[in-house]
Amino acid sequence: MFKIVVLLKQTFDTEEKIHIVNGAVNEEGAKFIINPYDEYALEEALRIKEQHDAEIIVISVGPERSTHALRSALAVGADQAILIADHTNLSHSSSIAHLLAATIRPMKVDLILAGLFAVDSGSGSVALQVAELLQLPHASAAIKIQLGHAKELHIEESPWDGNLARIERDVEGDTETVLLPLPALITAQQGLNDPRYPSLPGIMKAKKKPLTELFSSDLLLSDALERIAASATSCDQVLSPNARPPGQFITGTAQEQASSLLEQLLERSIIQKGGDS
Amino acid sequence: MSDHIVIVAERKGTTLRRVTLEAITAAITLLHGQSGTIHAFLSGSDNDNSLISSANELLQYGVHEVHIAKHAHFEPYQATVVLPALTDVIRELQPKYVVIGHTSHGRELAPRLAAALHSGYIADVTTIESSADKASFVRPIYAGKAFERRHFQGVAPYVLSIRPNNNAPAILVEPVEITNPDEHIHQVNCEGIQLSSIVQHVVKRINEEIDLTEAEIIVAGGRGVRGPEGFAILKQLADELGGAVGASRAACDAGYCDYALQIGQTGKVVTPKLYIACGISGAIQHLAGMSQSRTIVAINKDREAPIFSIADYGIVGDLFEVVPLLTTQLREIRQ
Repeated sequence: MFKIVVLLKQTFDTEEKIHIVNGAVNEEGAKFIINPYDEYALEEALRIKEQHDAEIIVISVGPERSTHALRSALAVGADQAILIADHTNLSHSSSIAHLLAATIRPMKVDLILAGLFAVDSGSGSVALQVAELLQLPHASAAIKIQLGHAKELHIEESPWDGNLARIERDVEGDTETVLLPLPALITAQQGLNDPRYPSLPGIMKAKKKPLTELFSSDLLLSDALERIAASATSCDQVLSPNARPPGQFITGTAQEQASSLLEQLLERSIIQKGGDS
Repeated sequence: MSDHIVIVAERKGTTLRRVTLEAITAAITLLHGQSGTIHAFLSGSDNDNSLISSANELLQYGVHEVHIAKHAHFEPYQATVVLPALTDVIRELQPKYVVIGHTSHGRELAPRLAAALHSGYIADVTTIESSADKASFVRPIYAGKAFERRHFQGVAPYVLSIRPNNNAPAILVEPVEITNPDEHIHQVNCEGIQLSSIVQHVVKRINEEIDLTEAEIIVAGGRGVRGPEGFAILKQLADELGGAVGASRAACDAGYCDYALQIGQTGKVVTPKLYIACGISGAIQHLAGMSQSRTIVAINKDREAPIFSIADYGIVGDLFEVVPLLTTQLREIRQ
């Protein structure tokens, strides 16, 4: 049986407009969802469970509202959930990584699955920092995952005993097939799978599944606190994107529209007459 | 005070990537005219003779010292395998900053490096604001629906990754300045490198020469392109412009093209000089991925499409008519 941890972040709904009030994003009335990339990670864990038998533990670092995301994960089939309640250091990726690593370290897991990045902060750094802190190999941007012994994966020679992961990953448009020994951390890219929706019986069952709350003060020893302090970065300000000047419609026949557009692009040196732009 | 800065050089084949030249510019900005030196870390296969010419090229772009790490396991590139060699170089040099491109490779390397060094990491930086006593870094959040300004609070070295296409590439300094390049090129000791994963094979999914995130010009298609054939005419225009082809999620979901081309809040976030959106209505998630493009052209049949609200130039029309005309007219102009 595989023991799988899925890292889950609750993020703003991608359809939400972002309102900035007093230099910070206003969360009032916003809809929150599971980070879409983490949904792929969770779905993959569920598929591994269906194929191989596995225990799935979802872990989130975040404010209390993150329990909704964890309950949704339990409703689709995760076995237990852990919320690391932290309200203070949520934009400090190293702090989050240390909290996750401290929680996962004693669990002896086979696989950690996470999203490629979170659609709000967009750094894609927490999961890989966890891999580094736990000294695990990783493969990122997976679009296909297979687990098993070398024989099961039809691999003739493997430098490693035990279970392996064979990953197809997206590297700037190319697909790279990578083999790595478990335990390992894998991040999910779009295209890995189609996440499922929770069913009503699933939602009812989820209510009985364990959701544990841990506190950051219990998880971090003094050396971790020192390392977190050394790696601190801080947000000074949240800014709105620069407003774009109003554009213009180009009218006329298709022929005229095309030539008028090219004229203007040439005039403004956005494209050049000779050779490549 | 003199500070070192290390940039991690990246190549495509044997050519230095543009983002590496942009990293040199970032390093120059961070030095702020002070007397620090710029070091480059360059890795590759043990039998790759082109590393030396790349190293020489880096010197000509203003890098002071190049550290070459060669190992049979370094090609194809894997972040976890290269990491110990890079970490050793950083520990030895104790730079103030490490600058890495926010590319597929850099996105993997930078966070692991930061965790290995117990360093702060600021990812996907679009603007560096540097003065003699302070540097801050602007980066997009919510896929460009907002930006944040961050600074490092902890202890150097500080790790940052820069988004391609947001810094001017470094310019060649006079080659004559480098009298003896060998004195500036060092070999990194790579004994004891462990293989933690193996690349079995690589399959090219898209036949693009130009990487989307680094492309200066992007011609993107949406559901209005109506099918894989529709993307062929976009490709012709992109080729004529020396640009890359991109797509909206709707086009990828409909199976018109590979997800590798997807631009948006999920998918790639791009900042080209010119973005031509063809048959893209402009869902908020798509706008999030491309709205920072410097010039936006939208071609759509529906005058009410939201894409027009952010376009510099709007063409209400049939892309199957307009796009081929753009290609042929451009060809004529250039002949």
